[in-house]
This record gives sequence, C-alpha cells and structure tokens, in this order.
Amino acid sequence: MMSTLLDVQNLWVRFPTRNGVFDAVRGVSFTLGRERLGIVGESGSGKSMTGRAILRLIRSPGIVEADQISLEGQDLMKLSEKDMRAVRGQRISMVMQDPKFSLNPVMTIGDQIIEAYRLHNSASKADAYNKSLEMLEAVSIRDAERVMRAYPHEMSGGMGQRIMIAMMLIPNPEILIADEPTSALDVSVQRQVLDIMDKLVKERGMGLIFISHDLNLVADFCDRVLIMYSGRIVEVCDADKLHEAKHPYTRGLLNSLPRLDAPRERLEVLERDPQWSEAPSVSGSE
Amino acid sequence: MAETQTMREWLLAETPTSRRHAKISALYQGWLSFRSNTMAMIGLGILVLLVFIAAAAPLLSPHDPFVQDLGNRLAPLGTDGHIFGTDSLGRDILSRLIYGARITLYIVALVALIAPIAGLLVGTVSGYVGGWTDTVLMRITDIFLAFPRLVLALAFVAALGAGIENAVLAISLTAWPPYARIARAETLTIRSSDFISAIKLQGAGPLRIITKHIWPLCISSLIVRVTLDMAGIILAAAGLGFLGLGAQPPSPEWGAMISEGRRFILDYWWVATMPGLAIFTVSLAFNLLGDGLRDVLDPKAGE
Amino acid sequence: MNMLEVAGLNVWFGKNRDRVDAVKGATFDVGQGESFGLVGESGSGKSTILRAITGLAPNWSGTMTLGGKPIGKKRPKEFFKTVQMVFQDPYASLHPRHSVDQVLGETLHLHGFKDIDARVVKLLDDVGLGQKFRFRYPHQLSGGQRQRVAIARALAPEPELLLLDEPTSALDVSVQAEILNLLADLRNDRGLTYLMVSHDLSVVGHMCDRLAVMKDGEIVEILDVVALRAMDATHAYSRQLLEASL
Repeated sequence: MMSTLLDVQNLWVRFPTRNGVFDAVRGVSFTLGRERLGIVGESGSGKSMTGRAILRLIRSPGIVEADQISLEGQDLMKLSEKDMRAVRGQRISMVMQDPKFSLNPVMTIGDQIIEAYRLHNSASKADAYNKSLEMLEAVSIRDAERVMRAYPHEMSGGMGQRIMIAMMLIPNPEILIADEPTSALDVSVQRQVLDIMDKLVKERGMGLIFISHDLNLVADFCDRVLIMYSGRIVEVCDADKLHEAKHPYTRGLLNSLPRLDAPRERLEVLERDPQWSEAPSVSGSE
Repeated sequence: MAETQTMREWLLAETPTSRRHAKISALYQGWLSFRSNTMAMIGLGILVLLVFIAAAAPLLSPHDPFVQDLGNRLAPLGTDGHIFGTDSLGRDILSRLIYGARITLYIVALVALIAPIAGLLVGTVSGYVGGWTDTVLMRITDIFLAFPRLVLALAFVAALGAGIENAVLAISLTAWPPYARIARAETLTIRSSDFISAIKLQGAGPLRIITKHIWPLCISSLIVRVTLDMAGIILAAAGLGFLGLGAQPPSPEWGAMISEGRRFILDYWWVATMPGLAIFTVSLAFNLLGDGLRDVLDPKAGE
Repeated sequence: MNMLEVAGLNVWFGKNRDRVDAVKGATFDVGQGESFGLVGESGSGKSTILRAITGLAPNWSGTMTLGGKPIGKKRPKEFFKTVQMVFQDPYASLHPRHSVDQVLGETLHLHGFKDIDARVVKLLDDVGLGQKFRFRYPHQLSGGQRQRVAIARALAPEPELLLLDEPTSALDVSVQAEILNLLADLRNDRGLTYLMVSHDLSVVGHMCDRLAVMKDGEIVEILDVVALRAMDATHAYSRQLLEASL
C-alpha cells in the first residue's frame, strides 16, 4: 500500500565493555514508508540507539551490525564513511532533543541556515537568504528577519527547536528522524512544534521516525508505533489502537500514568517479567 | 556462598557489605580501568622503578658517587667498571644518577605536597566564598601568574640563598597559582549544583561543604594536573641546578650534572647526555601516568 | 492551623538593571497534612518559591510563616528539622563520590542523631531500597533508586513539611509511578505536608488536594482537585494548560 523508504533488517548495536559485550539494540527489524512511525520505550530500551544506528552515528567503540539498512534499495551498511556523510543531512535528517547543543552559539541563526543551505545547493547569497527566510516562515516563525539576526542563546526552547527543524528540512530529506524533539519543551509549545512537523511531513511526503518516551504523545501524533524493551521490539501496533495494546509491558506503561479523568488511590506499578527481554524481537515491517 | 566467592568477585561485588568493602571495591575498579591503559602502565612502571632505585641506591650503585678519581676522568661509555663513563672529576656517572634519583624524588614529593594543597585551599575558598575574598585572592594569584616561572624562582632563590630546600620552596611558590585557578573554576560549577544545595538544607556550614564536598571533587583533576606538571617541575629544578642555584656541588642532582657536563659537551657528550636522558625518562613517565590518571579520575572525560 | 503561609512573596535575582523578578506577589497557604501543588511552565517561578522558602534564593520580600512562626532571613538549624526538600534531578542531587551510607550518615550526624547506623538501616527500608544498597555509589544506582536515596535524605531529620521540586520529571513513567506511590505512602504513614512543584497537571492532580497555577511569576488561580478534574478552571491560562495535558 505504501512505498517502502527504509527497510531495516536484524539491526544490532553492541558495546564491548570490561564485563563482556553489551547489546544495546538486539536484532530489530522494521520498515518505514511515507508515514509517521513512533518508537517508544523507557530510557535504556535502545530507542535512541536505533535512530542513531540508522545513520551509523554510533560512537566508537560501539558497533552497528545489520543484515541490511536499505534506503530506497541502497544498503547503507555497505556505504563508505564518505558516502554516508552525503546521506546524513541530504537524504536522512535528524532532530535532537535539545536545540541548544545543536546550534553554533557564536554564529547568528541566519548565517547558520544560509551556510546549511549553500552547502547543499549552489545558490547566491541573496537567494540563500530569501530561501532561509522562507524556511523560517514555513516553521511558523513570525518576524523571521529579526530571528535571522539573532544568536541561539536569545531564542527560547520552542523557537530553537523550530529553527533546528527548519535547518534539517533545507536539503529536502526523504526521512526525518526526531529523537525526543519536544521533551525539553513546555506542553503548550510542544503542540505547536508537533503541528509544524506534522504539516511538513505531510506536504513533502517524507517518512518520519519519532522517538519518544511519551506514550500519549506518540499515540496522538504517529500512524504506527514500535514499543521497545531492552533492545528489542516487543509490540507493534497502530497508534490509534495503542490504548488497546496487548503486551503486558505496554499495558503496564499505560497503566502507570496518572490520569486526570480517571483518578486512582495508587498507581499501578510495572512488574517486569524477565521473559520480555528474552522473547524474540517482533518485526515492525509493513 | 562465601567459600566459593573468589577475591575478584568480592572486589567487583555489586552490593558491598561494609564501608571498607565499598571503598576497596571502588579503588579496584579504578585500578582495572587504569590497567587497561598500556602507556600509563609503562609510566607507572618507570616511576615504581625510580622509587626502588632511590630506596636501594647504596646497594645498586657500583661506586661511591662522591669519590673522585682524577686519573680516570671523562672515561667514555662502556669503560670497565663505569658503564656510563665518568665525569670531569672521575666520578662514576651511573652511581651519581642512581643517587640523583633520591634528590629528584625528594623535589617531586615536596613540590607535589606544597603547591597543589596551597592552590586547592586558595581556589576553593575563593570560589565558594566569592565576593571580596574572591577578588583579593584571585588578584594575588594573577600577580604570581604574571611573572615568568623560572625568573620568579630565581628571585626567590636569590633572596633565600641557594640550596635544594630553597629551590623546592621557590618552585612551589611559582607552581601553585594554576592549581588555584583550576580549583576555583571547579568550585564555581560545583557550588551551584543540587547536591551542595541539598547539604546546605541539612544545615552544613561552609567549612564542612568545602572540605567534605568540594575538595573530593577538585582533588582528582588536581592530581591529574600535578602529574602532568611534574615533568615541568623536574625540569625547573634541573634548570635551577643548571644555573647553580639549586642543589650545590658535589650533590649528584641531575640538572647540576648537566651543568657540569656542559663544558665538555663537544668532546665528551655523554657527561651531559646521561643525566639528560634520566630527566627525559622520568618526565615522560610522569606525563604518561598523568594521561592515564585523567582517563580514570576525570569524570568529564570518562563515560 | 496552617503549616505554611506565604503572603505577597516577591523573589528576584540580580540587581539594578539586571534585576529579574522571578516571583511577584505570590500568596497561598498550605494546611497541616495537606498536599499542595504549584503548576506552571518553565520560567513561571514555581521552583523559585521552593528555593525562597528554604533560603536558597536569598533575595525575597513579603511574609512567610511556618507553623505560625515567621521565617526570617537566616534560617536556624531547627528550621531544617521541619522543612526538607527533594530535588528534581536525582542525577545532580547526590554527591558523585559519596556512597548512600555516607549521604544518609552525614545528614543524620548534622541533625545531631546518635544512633546513626540503626537510622540509616531504617531509612533505607522506609524508602523501599533495603540494605544491599547501603554501600553503593550513585553511579551504581538507577534514576529511581537515586531518587529514593534523595527522599531518604529528606526524611532523615523527620520533617513535617516536604518540598518536592518536580520529583519525577527526570524519571521514566513506570519509575514515576513507583516514586509517586512511595511519596503517597510516606505521607499517609507520617502525616507529612507536601508542597509539590510540577509542570505535569496529571501528576499534581494525582498527588495534591489543591493547586496554584503560575504564569510569569504570578499565581493566576488556586483550584482544588475536584475543580481540576471537572475541568472547571476560570482563568484562561489554566484552561489552556488543562487542555494541553489531556
């Protein structure tokens, strides 16, 4: 029904340590079409590692292994580091949690966007400037000209994140990986940033991988959800049916949330079953 | 269960059973990660060897380092009974190097005791108390920093008189300001952290906070810095010795030996080269050790 | 009698031109044994109120009374026997080189307790950690375990009022549930009074009896939890927050 953009088969991320090899991601398989795919899990579940492994951004001594990570038929595992650099940013972009660490603090925002634009397109300065203004307006930034002259520290978290998204979208990538893009933001701003991402993904027909710990957010925002636990996918479900999830881990997570509309004396505590981490990874292929 | 437990398991236990067990186990884990750094282990090996040589100097040295033999002066390398040759007064260079290790260690130990502790005191107090205290202490530090190191040391030695103790004192006086700077910078970041706020809420006073909470965190980066600076300190001591302001003849201080050998360097190169190599080796060992310690101790570089 | 009364509280940082008013004229009271929430977005001044109460934010004006007695500029040792605080980030609130035993032992020592060993054992049991954690260092603990240690430290002087600064926002949801349950149990067992700061309305709705909504340093509305659940907020901003958190 959908064309497959990304096909990940049997992905492993290993870290050799003093006490043997630690597997952060253990044999994860999934596909991504032109859709919004959510990856949820708790800290240490391997969700961020999965996102980074796709771009082969795991820092040494970490090792990425996979049967294949194919981007429209091209196996990323077989590319050289140099070719990989062309893929990062050009074809797959990534938005991180905290925009403060991703922007250069001593350059104006305008200069950074223009630089990013001219890196990917041969354009004159004036053209690049106009294009950058357009990009900022596309992420709903009012008085974009003032923002172009500002430095990153003058921006609020929400603004910073919008600017990051604008920059990531300049090369018109096929896939956007967003790793907890809104966790550092207040709830009211969160919604705005998500709406912008949603609009852009729809308009451009991109694939989005949305990594988050927030079940409700993912249920709201994505089409399909992978639930990860200790490096494996334990359940795959449609986002609108997340609340009917079957796996005891997913159920446990949902039940442990306090809810305004359903007050309880005590919150349910998740009882972890060692079997969950032993069971084979569920395939997230469509 | 206790019987089957090996020493290694006890040391790496996830759940220490007593205060002492926890401390030893933490030390052992640090040692394990230090041990994996080959270069640092080489540095440590050289320094352990140096300590051993200094301790066993009378047993190891083939000759008395002070006995002159003018008939056999400036003997080349490999001469019978004088592997490293003899100097201008016919003294055995190897024996003098072996005894010189004692002086080098003495200088290193004294400077390592005085300078970082002075720096730690000034830096942490200045950083924690802030305000006027900070301004005054830091300006004093700046004044010391503004002088070239060797020149300041020279001035001190000139005022106090030449000699090994005065040389140590002079080097220490010029070495503490950078440590004060580091300690202050660390204190400023530690001071505003939540765990300091938390202990303040238990009613802890500034003295307790500085000594029990800030010092343990500053000390590791200071140790690293001191070890890396040790090479410079040995060279400064050698420099003072070379200028005739450190150890006085006939004391076999390495710098002073180079200074003596300088006169014959073109015809009898080994007289100056052998102590030079000794200084080089020990300095290098301290640098390697410092690098390894940084990996173990510095929480920022690690993880 | 109210445990804590705060009236016309202003808190500011910096001086003259750089002065930032973090809290402006905050007035609220917390009854004996009550659990009171402060809700708002980042920068709304909610955490600053806690820091002003404990003296960590020294520039404040207005009146604060604890158990009927006014809080002065300098807080005596007895003050910290009544009021304790749990910080937001358990990774930052424990000294990285102190073991659990050292953290709790030093706290007990500072409050003048003599039977330190027995009390450390008891505290660890109370927060559900148990003895095997006693000699561990923070890096050997998970986030939830660290927060339990921080709670044990706050309980050590047997306080009556516990200030909770976003105690679960740095934790996973399943761990959040455990910590919130622990806090609820401790309150029941010991009759504690809570003043809890959070950006998460559902957490406050679960834990608190009443709450104040803050925006830009001012309290815009004080609601009880029944009104909150009925979505019965009068101020536009509180309604906006409520909608965003459903």
